[in-house]
Amino acid sequence: MASKAPRPESLALLEKLVAALARRGLVTEAEIAERQAATERASPETGARMVARAWVDPAYRALLLRDGTAAAEAMGVAMAGQPPLGVLEDTERLHHLVVCTLCSCYPRAVLGYPPHWYKSAAYRARAVREPRAVLAEWGTVLPEGVELRVVDSTADYRWMVLPLRPAGTEGWSEAELAALLHRDHLVGVRLPSAGRPARAA
Amino acid sequence: MDRPPPALHDLGGNPRFRCTPVEPEEDGPPDAFGKRVDALRAVLREKGLFTTDEMRLHIEELPEEEYFSLTYYEKWLRSIAAAMLQKGHVSWEDLA
Repeated sequence: MASKAPRPESLALLEKLVAALARRGLVTEAEIAERQAATERASPETGARMVARAWVDPAYRALLLRDGTAAAEAMGVAMAGQPPLGVLEDTERLHHLVVCTLCSCYPRAVLGYPPHWYKSAAYRARAVREPRAVLAEWGTVLPEGVELRVVDSTADYRWMVLPLRPAGTEGWSEAELAALLHRDHLVGVRLPSAGRPARAA
Repeated sequence: MDRPPPALHDLGGNPRFRCTPVEPEEDGPPDAFGKRVDALRAVLREKGLFTTDEMRLHIEELPEEEYFSLTYYEKWLRSIAAAMLQKGHVSWEDLA
Protein backbone atom coordinates (compact mmCIF):
# COMPACT_ATOMS: atom_id res chain seq x y z
CA MET A 1 0.00 0.00 0.00
CA ALA A 2 2.65 2.49 1.02
CA SER A 3 4.79 2.17 -2.06
CA LYS A 4 2.07 2.56 -4.68
CA ALA A 5 2.35 5.38 -7.20
CA PRO A 6 0.61 8.72 -6.63
CA ARG A 7 -2.55 9.41 -8.62
CA PRO A 8 -2.20 11.55 -11.76
CA GLU A 9 -4.36 14.26 -10.17
CA SER A 10 -1.91 14.45 -7.28
CA LEU A 11 1.00 15.02 -9.67
CA ALA A 12 -1.04 17.78 -11.34
CA LEU A 13 -2.01 19.35 -8.01
CA LEU A 14 1.62 19.50 -6.91
CA GLU A 15 2.68 21.34 -10.05
CA LYS A 16 -0.24 23.80 -9.84
CA LEU A 17 0.55 24.49 -6.20
CA VAL A 18 4.26 25.05 -6.81
CA ALA A 19 3.52 27.28 -9.82
CA ALA A 20 1.04 29.39 -7.82
CA LEU A 21 3.42 29.78 -4.89
CA ALA A 22 6.22 30.71 -7.31
CA ARG A 23 4.04 33.32 -9.08
CA ARG A 24 3.46 34.98 -5.72
CA GLY A 25 7.16 34.95 -4.94
CA LEU A 26 6.76 32.58 -1.97
CA VAL A 27 8.99 29.75 -3.19
CA THR A 28 11.36 29.14 -6.09
CA GLU A 29 12.24 25.96 -7.95
CA ALA A 30 15.86 26.50 -6.92
CA GLU A 31 14.92 26.53 -3.24
CA ILE A 32 12.97 23.30 -3.61
CA ALA A 33 15.82 21.60 -5.47
CA GLU A 34 18.36 22.78 -2.89
CA ARG A 35 16.19 21.55 -0.03
CA GLN A 36 15.70 18.16 -1.67
CA ALA A 37 19.44 17.74 -2.17
CA ALA A 38 20.07 18.58 1.49
CA THR A 39 17.43 16.09 2.63
CA GLU A 40 18.92 13.37 0.45
CA ARG A 41 22.29 13.93 2.16
CA ALA A 42 20.82 13.07 5.57
CA SER A 43 21.16 9.32 5.94
CA PRO A 44 21.22 6.58 8.57
CA GLU A 45 25.00 6.66 8.30
CA THR A 46 24.92 9.72 10.55
CA GLY A 47 23.05 7.87 13.29
CA ALA A 48 25.37 4.89 12.78
CA ARG A 49 28.45 7.07 13.30
CA MET A 50 26.91 8.50 16.49
CA VAL A 51 26.26 5.03 17.90
CA ALA A 52 29.70 3.72 16.91
CA ARG A 53 31.37 6.68 18.60
CA ALA A 54 29.29 6.16 21.72
CA TRP A 55 30.48 2.53 21.81
CA VAL A 56 34.16 3.57 21.87
CA ASP A 57 34.09 6.98 23.60
CA PRO A 58 32.52 7.12 27.10
CA ALA A 59 32.39 10.93 27.12
CA TYR A 60 30.50 10.97 23.81
CA ARG A 61 28.21 8.21 25.07
CA ALA A 62 27.34 10.33 28.12
CA LEU A 63 26.63 13.33 25.89
CA LEU A 64 24.50 11.25 23.52
CA LEU A 65 22.32 9.97 26.36
CA ARG A 66 22.10 13.36 28.05
CA ASP A 67 21.44 15.53 24.99
CA GLY A 68 20.98 13.80 21.64
CA THR A 69 20.64 17.12 19.84
CA ALA A 70 24.04 18.31 21.09
CA ALA A 71 25.57 14.93 20.23
CA ALA A 72 24.24 15.21 16.67
CA GLU A 73 25.59 18.74 16.36
CA ALA A 74 28.97 17.47 17.57
CA MET A 75 28.95 15.21 14.48
CA GLY A 76 28.30 18.19 12.22
CA VAL A 77 24.53 17.74 11.84
CA ALA A 78 22.50 20.96 11.57
CA MET A 79 19.78 20.58 14.22
CA ALA A 80 18.42 24.14 14.18
CA GLY A 81 14.65 24.05 13.80
CA GLN A 82 14.55 20.31 14.47
CA PRO A 83 12.66 18.83 17.42
CA PRO A 84 14.87 17.60 20.28
CA LEU A 85 16.50 14.19 19.84
CA GLY A 86 16.39 11.70 22.71
CA VAL A 87 18.49 8.54 22.74
CA LEU A 88 17.33 5.31 24.43
CA GLU A 89 20.04 3.14 25.95
CA ASP A 90 19.61 -0.61 25.50
CA THR A 91 21.06 -2.84 28.20
CA GLU A 92 21.37 -6.60 28.79
CA ARG A 93 17.93 -6.45 30.45
CA LEU A 94 16.10 -3.80 28.42
CA HIS A 95 15.44 -3.27 24.71
CA HIS A 96 13.74 -0.25 23.10
CA LEU A 97 11.49 0.00 20.06
CA VAL A 98 10.50 3.35 18.51
CA VAL A 99 7.17 4.03 16.81
CA CYS A 100 5.01 7.06 16.04
CA THR A 101 1.42 5.94 16.59
CA LEU A 102 -0.14 9.28 15.63
CA CYS A 103 1.71 9.99 12.40
CA SER A 104 5.29 9.26 11.33
CA CYS A 105 7.61 11.30 13.56
CA TYR A 106 11.16 10.11 12.99
CA PRO A 107 14.63 11.50 13.72
CA ARG A 108 15.18 12.47 10.11
CA ALA A 109 18.17 14.69 10.78
CA VAL A 110 20.22 11.65 11.79
CA LEU A 111 18.41 8.78 9.99
CA GLY A 112 17.17 10.35 6.73
CA TYR A 113 13.79 9.59 5.15
CA PRO A 114 11.65 7.19 7.22
CA PRO A 115 11.07 3.81 5.53
CA HIS A 116 7.59 2.95 4.26
CA TRP A 117 6.91 0.36 6.94
CA TYR A 118 7.54 2.89 9.73
CA LYS A 119 4.69 5.01 8.32
CA SER A 120 2.32 2.08 7.75
CA ALA A 121 -0.92 1.71 9.66
CA ALA A 122 0.06 -1.85 10.61
CA TYR A 123 3.33 -0.82 12.28
CA ARG A 124 1.74 2.17 14.04
CA ALA A 125 -1.20 0.10 15.32
CA ARG A 126 0.64 -3.09 16.31
CA ALA A 127 3.98 -1.87 17.68
CA VAL A 128 2.31 -0.83 20.93
CA ARG A 129 -0.07 -3.82 21.14
CA GLU A 130 2.09 -6.80 20.21
CA PRO A 131 5.64 -5.50 19.77
CA ARG A 132 7.27 -8.91 19.99
CA ALA A 133 5.11 -10.16 17.10
CA VAL A 134 6.13 -7.10 15.10
CA LEU A 135 9.82 -7.75 15.84
CA ALA A 136 9.33 -11.33 14.66
CA GLU A 137 8.51 -10.00 11.20
CA TRP A 138 12.17 -8.97 11.02
CA GLY A 139 13.17 -12.33 12.48
CA THR A 140 14.14 -10.52 15.67
CA VAL A 141 13.76 -12.55 18.88
CA LEU A 142 14.90 -10.92 22.10
CA PRO A 143 16.89 -13.07 24.53
CA GLU A 144 14.93 -14.61 27.40
CA GLY A 145 14.24 -12.18 30.21
CA VAL A 146 14.82 -8.99 28.23
CA GLU A 147 12.18 -6.35 28.90
CA LEU A 148 10.82 -4.55 25.82
CA ARG A 149 9.94 -0.88 26.14
CA VAL A 150 8.08 0.79 23.26
CA VAL A 151 8.59 4.54 22.96
CA ASP A 152 6.24 6.81 21.01
CA SER A 153 7.94 9.54 19.00
CA THR A 154 5.99 12.76 18.68
CA ALA A 155 6.00 15.89 16.57
CA ASP A 156 7.83 17.60 19.43
CA TYR A 157 10.35 14.93 20.45
CA ARG A 158 12.18 12.33 18.38
CA TRP A 159 13.80 9.12 19.56
CA MET A 160 16.67 6.90 18.45
CA VAL A 161 17.96 3.69 20.01
CA LEU A 162 21.52 3.15 21.25
CA PRO A 163 21.78 -0.63 20.79
CA LEU A 164 24.04 -2.93 22.77
CA ARG A 165 27.47 -3.28 21.23
CA PRO A 166 27.53 -6.81 19.80
CA ALA A 167 29.81 -9.49 21.22
CA GLY A 168 32.82 -10.22 19.06
CA THR A 169 33.56 -6.61 18.17
CA GLU A 170 36.27 -6.04 20.78
CA GLY A 171 39.07 -3.94 19.34
CA TRP A 172 37.07 -2.86 16.27
CA SER A 173 37.58 0.69 15.02
CA GLU A 174 34.83 3.29 15.10
CA ALA A 175 34.49 3.05 11.32
CA GLU A 176 34.21 -0.74 11.41
CA LEU A 177 31.55 -0.49 14.09
CA ALA A 178 29.61 2.14 12.13
CA ALA A 179 29.65 -0.12 9.06
CA LEU A 180 27.98 -2.81 11.16
CA LEU A 181 24.95 -0.66 11.82
CA HIS A 182 21.75 -0.39 9.83
CA ARG A 183 18.88 2.03 10.24
CA ASP A 184 16.74 -0.83 11.58
CA HIS A 185 19.08 -1.18 14.58
CA LEU A 186 18.55 2.47 15.48
CA VAL A 187 14.74 2.12 15.42
CA GLY A 188 14.96 -1.12 17.40
CA VAL A 189 13.41 -3.62 14.98
CA ARG A 190 16.67 -5.55 14.57
CA LEU A 191 19.72 -6.20 16.75
CA PRO A 192 23.22 -5.56 15.37
CA SER A 193 25.46 -8.58 15.15
CA ALA A 194 29.18 -8.93 14.45
CA GLY A 195 28.59 -11.85 12.10
CA ARG A 196 26.03 -10.29 9.80
CA PRO A 197 26.60 -7.74 7.06
CA ALA A 198 24.83 -4.52 7.96
CA ARG A 199 23.77 -2.74 4.85
CA ALA A 200 20.84 -4.68 3.49
CA ALA A 201 19.30 -1.49 2.10
CA MET B 1 -16.33 4.76 32.29
CA ASP B 2 -17.12 5.38 28.65
CA ARG B 3 -14.30 6.76 26.62
CA PRO B 4 -14.79 8.44 23.27
CA PRO B 5 -13.48 6.40 20.36
CA PRO B 6 -9.94 7.37 19.36
CA ALA B 7 -9.49 9.85 16.53
CA LEU B 8 -8.86 8.47 13.07
CA HIS B 9 -5.11 9.01 13.16
CA ASP B 10 -4.70 7.62 16.69
CA LEU B 11 -3.69 4.17 15.50
CA GLY B 12 -1.84 2.82 18.54
CA GLY B 13 -3.41 -0.54 19.36
CA ASN B 14 -6.15 -0.18 16.74
CA PRO B 15 -7.56 -3.71 16.28
CA ARG B 16 -8.39 -3.02 12.63
CA PHE B 17 -4.73 -3.69 11.75
CA ARG B 18 -4.14 -6.57 14.15
CA CYS B 19 -3.84 -9.06 11.30
CA THR B 20 -2.07 -6.77 8.83
CA PRO B 21 1.59 -7.71 8.44
CA VAL B 22 4.32 -5.11 8.70
CA GLU B 23 6.43 -5.36 5.58
CA PRO B 24 10.12 -4.87 6.30
CA GLU B 25 10.95 -4.94 2.60
CA GLU B 26 8.90 -1.75 2.14
CA ASP B 27 12.11 0.08 2.66
CA GLY B 28 13.21 2.34 -0.19
CA PRO B 29 13.43 6.12 -0.37
CA PRO B 30 10.41 8.12 -1.56
CA ASP B 31 9.71 8.39 -5.28
CA ALA B 32 10.33 11.66 -7.16
CA PHE B 33 6.86 12.94 -6.27
CA GLY B 34 7.40 12.21 -2.58
CA LYS B 35 10.79 13.89 -2.50
CA ARG B 36 9.40 17.00 -4.18
CA VAL B 37 6.44 17.24 -1.79
CA ASP B 38 8.81 16.74 1.13
CA ALA B 39 11.14 19.48 -0.12
CA LEU B 40 8.23 21.90 -0.70
CA ARG B 41 7.02 21.30 2.86
CA ALA B 42 10.50 21.97 4.23
CA VAL B 43 10.93 25.21 2.26
CA LEU B 44 7.53 26.49 3.41
CA ARG B 45 8.34 25.59 6.99
CA GLU B 46 11.70 27.32 6.90
CA LYS B 47 9.99 30.46 5.60
CA GLY B 48 7.45 30.40 8.40
CA LEU B 49 4.57 29.75 6.00
CA PHE B 50 3.66 26.27 7.26
CA THR B 51 4.11 24.58 10.63
CA THR B 52 4.29 20.93 11.66
CA ASP B 53 1.07 21.39 13.63
CA GLU B 54 -0.74 22.73 10.56
CA MET B 55 0.60 19.78 8.61
CA ARG B 56 -0.80 17.31 11.13
CA LEU B 57 -4.11 19.15 11.54
CA HIS B 58 -4.94 19.04 7.85
CA ILE B 59 -3.91 15.38 7.53
CA GLU B 60 -5.96 14.41 10.56
CA GLU B 61 -8.98 16.21 9.05
CA LEU B 62 -8.97 14.01 5.95
CA PRO B 63 -12.03 11.78 5.51
CA GLU B 64 -11.37 8.20 6.62
CA GLU B 65 -11.48 6.81 3.12
CA GLU B 66 -8.82 9.22 1.92
CA TYR B 67 -6.72 8.83 5.06
CA PHE B 68 -6.32 5.13 4.32
CA SER B 69 -6.21 5.24 0.50
CA LEU B 70 -3.97 8.18 -0.37
CA THR B 71 -0.24 7.54 -0.37
CA TYR B 72 1.81 9.07 2.40
CA TYR B 73 3.07 12.04 0.37
CA GLU B 74 -0.33 12.54 -1.27
CA LYS B 75 -1.66 13.20 2.23
CA TRP B 76 1.15 15.69 2.81
CA LEU B 77 0.33 17.46 -0.45
CA ARG B 78 -3.36 17.68 0.46
CA SER B 79 -2.39 19.16 3.80
CA ILE B 80 -0.03 21.74 2.30
CA ALA B 81 -2.63 22.76 -0.29
CA ALA B 82 -5.36 23.05 2.37
CA ALA B 83 -3.16 25.26 4.55
CA MET B 84 -2.06 27.47 1.66
CA LEU B 85 -5.70 27.94 0.63
CA GLN B 86 -6.83 28.65 4.18
CA LYS B 87 -4.10 31.25 4.67
CA GLY B 88 -4.77 32.90 1.32
CA HIS B 89 -1.36 32.13 -0.18
CA VAL B 90 -3.06 30.46 -3.15
CA SER B 91 -6.62 30.51 -4.50
CA TRP B 92 -9.02 27.78 -5.59
CA GLU B 93 -8.57 29.04 -9.17
CA ASP B 94 -4.82 28.40 -8.88
CA LEU B 95 -5.42 24.77 -8.07
CA ALA B 96 -8.39 24.08 -10.34
